[in-house]
Amino acid sequence: MAKKPVPFDVPVLGDFTDTPAVKPGAMSHSQPFVAKAPINEALGYPGELVDNWQQVGVEKLGELVKGSRALRVYLDSCVKCGACTDKCHYFLGTGDPNNMPVARQDLLRSVYRRHYTLAGKYLPGLVGAKEFDEQMLDDWYKYFHQCSQCRRCSVYCPYGIDTAEVSMAAREIMDTIGKGQKYCNEIIGKVHKLGNNLGLPEPALADTLEGLEEDVEEEINVAVKFPLDVKGAEVLLVTPSADFFAEPHIDGLIGYAKVFHQAGISWTISSHASEAANFGLFIGSRDNMQKVAMRIREAALELGVKRIVFGECGHAWRVGYSFLNTLAGPFDFLDSRYPVPQHIVEVTHDLIQQGRLRLDKSANDDKRVTFHDSCNVARASRMGDKAGGQFTLPRDVIRASCNHFFDMPADTIGEATFCCGGGGGLLTDDLVELRVKGAKPRMQALKDVNDQHRITHMAAICAICKSQFSKVFPYYGFEMDQIISVHQLVGDALVFPVDPG
Amino acid sequence: MLISAILYLAAIICVLGVGRKVYQYAATPAPLKIPTTPAPTTRAGVVWRMFREVVFFDSLFKASKFTWLFGWLFHAGLFVALLCHLRYFTEPVWGWVALIAPLSKYAGLAMLVGLTGLLGRRFLVDRVRTISAPSDYLMLLLIMAIAGSGLLMRFVWHTDIVAVKQFARGLLSFDLNALSGSSLLFLHLLFVAVLLLIFPFSKLLHAPGLFFSPSRYQVDNPRERRHTGGQASKSANSAVSQEQKNG
Repeated sequence: MAKKPVPFDVPVLGDFTDTPAVKPGAMSHSQPFVAKAPINEALGYPGELVDNWQQVGVEKLGELVKGSRALRVYLDSCVKCGACTDKCHYFLGTGDPNNMPVARQDLLRSVYRRHYTLAGKYLPGLVGAKEFDEQMLDDWYKYFHQCSQCRRCSVYCPYGIDTAEVSMAAREIMDTIGKGQKYCNEIIGKVHKLGNNLGLPEPALADTLEGLEEDVEEEINVAVKFPLDVKGAEVLLVTPSADFFAEPHIDGLIGYAKVFHQAGISWTISSHASEAANFGLFIGSRDNMQKVAMRIREAALELGVKRIVFGECGHAWRVGYSFLNTLAGPFDFLDSRYPVPQHIVEVTHDLIQQGRLRLDKSANDDKRVTFHDSCNVARASRMGDKAGGQFTLPRDVIRASCNHFFDMPADTIGEATFCCGGGGGLLTDDLVELRVKGAKPRMQALKDVNDQHRITHMAAICAICKSQFSKVFPYYGFEMDQIISVHQLVGDALVFPVDPG
Repeated sequence: MLISAILYLAAIICVLGVGRKVYQYAATPAPLKIPTTPAPTTRAGVVWRMFREVVFFDSLFKASKFTWLFGWLFHAGLFVALLCHLRYFTEPVWGWVALIAPLSKYAGLAMLVGLTGLLGRRFLVDRVRTISAPSDYLMLLLIMAIAGSGLLMRFVWHTDIVAVKQFARGLLSFDLNALSGSSLLFLHLLFVAVLLLIFPFSKLLHAPGLFFSPSRYQVDNPRERRHTGGQASKSANSAVSQEQKNG
């Protein structure tokens, strides 16, 4: 069934972002690989499409609506005003009308109407109610995997309807009837089994961290530690496993380690919870999300730490900030002087405020930097104690670490930020065309700031964003190494006196 | 008499239907914290956010100035027109209702202008055309018919408003009077009855829905207060603990 990659036209960046004309079916060929039986079964789902999938799917939909006020209200409330129609980066990049948030929701809403509303039962044609048939399932699989759950549409909806909730529900239903997505489900299986998305076993992780210690010491002549499973450490660092060896992520990890080292904060990584990412969110599975989240609680208890700190990862921060307390709390066994969990940017920001970090901005004088607000950080979480801290804190940290910082246009950052194009469980090679096209609005904004300020680097605080940009930058004429971690800037700017050890 | 029966029936179905929906929304758990951020970190902040959303259509303003302008004109017009109609139900007419009475014709016009803009957008903008079902057009046409028939009675074929008032007061006191007016008035009331009837079964549920939308009403304080969500059965806001933030 594996399809050969089809060549596609890379969008051309113009002088400004224009809203494309509707092109029906423009992305109807795009769908990710379907998970094989063992992958689904490992998560407790049927291996293959069950015989009575229509019935099971419709029943599951009813069950989900009963359990989620958001879903119930969102399915009832849409007035088709069109406010969201030009807000999704996948629509802006492809013109496929099913990538308009309202149309994407309608794929599910039409089934809900058919089976759970009076009007849809008796007058389906009038209100756009439709049967959950093969064509519909096909459309669900394609288009609910063209949503990165970035919530940009929810900012603009007059009722706050969040397509992410709808797309999570649809994916949960598809999993329940045996049509899971390979990329997400395979990864969740690895987390359950080995503790991280990459399937990196403990000895390999220990080796990697040891190697890092040697590299860093060789480079800056300071014995910065990368501790693993150290009991009694103050901080448990939970970070995306990409930080352990992917570029540019790893330089971010080095940055965190240098921050902890200079501030004299003892810290550790846990091999049990060696992954911040929680793909349970992407597939809308509360059970899987909770199971993945519980590892963090277990690790914190086992290691006897006082604080939990998350590394640079967008959706992980959503789960950490917004859900961890609910899913795995209460965390009354931790130091109550610190929020649980904390973001590494919050930690660094606090230390800068307290004057506990020595930063030499000129170390980054070769860089002219812009910052990409990651969607889950921007619209589904916060940093610090004020609304909007998720925008100001990272920028404060960047400005404290380099002299040349420039923002992209105002309508493409902050709460209006564009997704990188690879979030929500779409960061897979079988969706490259979608990822490239979905990145277009962000690339346009990058081009704008680049035209004005000759940007050399875009900094980000999300592992998915970093991987995605490394992949798509070359399609748009940028270099893959122009994407960096915020904590790479910090790490490079930190000044260490001659190490006494 | 027939129109009285229709109006009663429509009103009962509307109230019971919307009541049932509101109960359903309130009784459905909100298991996780999902406010669209940046969101207020206090209850007072949320009240302010909702106020701006309800009164000024804040989010829609951010989204599309055109839709906002016509949508807001329509809703504001509808609001004022409804208030003006209180003159048919109060005796003596409440002071402030008398005071705003002269606004009613502008309110009706604002409604029509707003609705025309919204309808035009449905035909002219390809994206909005794509997402429109027949019911979306019909809904606009129905409300246009209500506003239009009202304005016609105001400007062209005048109706005996003393008789209208007698009829309306009669409805309130279950002292039924025959509707002694034009067929235009009959149509006006019939359209209103249809609107009331479909309210609980249609997208008009966006009105109560907004107040139960977790992305808007939830307080952004998941680290400070542990959200448990499952017992959110009393009101939209009971999902949010009333206790003081312990910072």
